[in-house]
Amino acid sequence: MTRILLLAAALAAGFAHAQELTPPDVLVKQVTLEVVELIAKDKEIRGGNRAKLIGLINDKVLPHFNFVSMAALAMGQSWNKATPDQKKRVTEEFRTLLVRTYASALASYSDQKFDFRPLRAKANDTDVTVNVRVLQPGTQPVPIDYSMEKTSSGWKVYDVMVGGVSLVANYRTEFNNLVRESGVDGLIKNLSAKNRALEGADRK
Amino acid sequence: MRWLICAIVIALSGCATTNGDPRDPFEGLNRTTYSFNDKLDRYALRPVSRVYHDYVHSEIRDRVRNFFGNIADPMIGVNNMLQGKFEEGFFDWVRFGFNSTFGLFGLHDIASDMGYEKHNEDFGQTFGRWGADTGPYVVLPVLGSSSVRDGIGWGFDFLTDPMGGLRRADVRWGLWGVRVIQVRSDLLDVSQILEEAALDKYVFQRDAYFQRRRSLVYDGRPPRERDIDTIPPGESK
Repeated sequence: MTRILLLAAALAAGFAHAQELTPPDVLVKQVTLEVVELIAKDKEIRGGNRAKLIGLINDKVLPHFNFVSMAALAMGQSWNKATPDQKKRVTEEFRTLLVRTYASALASYSDQKFDFRPLRAKANDTDVTVNVRVLQPGTQPVPIDYSMEKTSSGWKVYDVMVGGVSLVANYRTEFNNLVRESGVDGLIKNLSAKNRALEGADRK
Repeated sequence: MRWLICAIVIALSGCATTNGDPRDPFEGLNRTTYSFNDKLDRYALRPVSRVYHDYVHSEIRDRVRNFFGNIADPMIGVNNMLQGKFEEGFFDWVRFGFNSTFGLFGLHDIASDMGYEKHNEDFGQTFGRWGADTGPYVVLPVLGSSSVRDGIGWGFDFLTDPMGGLRRADVRWGLWGVRVIQVRSDLLDVSQILEEAALDKYVFQRDAYFQRRRSLVYDGRPPRERDIDTIPPGESK
């Protein structure tokens, strides 16, 4: 009897756990469709309200990204040379820049269809790639691949590849050039100057 | 001819910078060409493409895109076959057949609706598939990002371009012009995003070019790289 109870408890616990962690491909599909629908319904965002779009991304998309991993991968070997405080600041500035880029990409979206590919991964994988393709007639579909890692708080995106170009890898040369020229502080200064310039352009 | 080659070699070596990326030994010269291209784009190509995008109805722009996409399909098929992908190559020709007839001279991409997907192939990719390395990065005047391999590939693409066979020069140049505007207008959003995302546009675009071409050579499934391309210059592996 106890054994059956224990088994039932274990099953229930396992079930509850599985419920908590939405599978990565399901998560990508849910978030993508939700965000696209919210934008379609919002006249202000479609009219070019960038602040509101960024707010939407902050609420709906950001929780599913691991920006510390992204910053670490973009910095490569320089990451280990940075102090905890520098790491925090690079992550913050990089996040701001990526959110803006993401907002611009979303703002240019115009009713293309998505093709959510079936996930090719084993059940116990902790690092997977979720493939989505954006379809448009007359041209080759554009693949968007999300690299995701399993964490205690769910699956998190740590890189996005658009058309085979990894966003994180693409920043690596730039980041390393800046670190070599003027240290990690130079990189932070450069990133925050870039963010402020973009903010200024928004207000115009 | 010989003095010209000498002059080019001297110009290239003179411009080579020392602190740069090993894939970009001609960075100095490339940056000069890049800033020329950038100005040409800012004052001519982009404004014209913007007008085309804003004033020509999207239905018509779709037809134009489909038309040029269709006449490119036969050579895409040839390149697929040269790479040993006979099935893909065969279906590129099937696409061309369907779209040229039922799709009204390629104005409608009905083959895509039927499930025959469009491919992206060119001679640069074919050479890559045969094992040719990209060679150094080259920014070509007007054409933009390229490499030694892809630049030579582009020469072959140009020689086999179906519009090159058009007898009348004015029609040929006119069609080339429309195609350039059409392609550029499709990239208006992308170039805007690039401008916002990059700290150094030249470096960002160069790295994206190498990543993109590598992905295309392997048809979107490149083998996992052990950080060979992405290890920053001057750091140990």
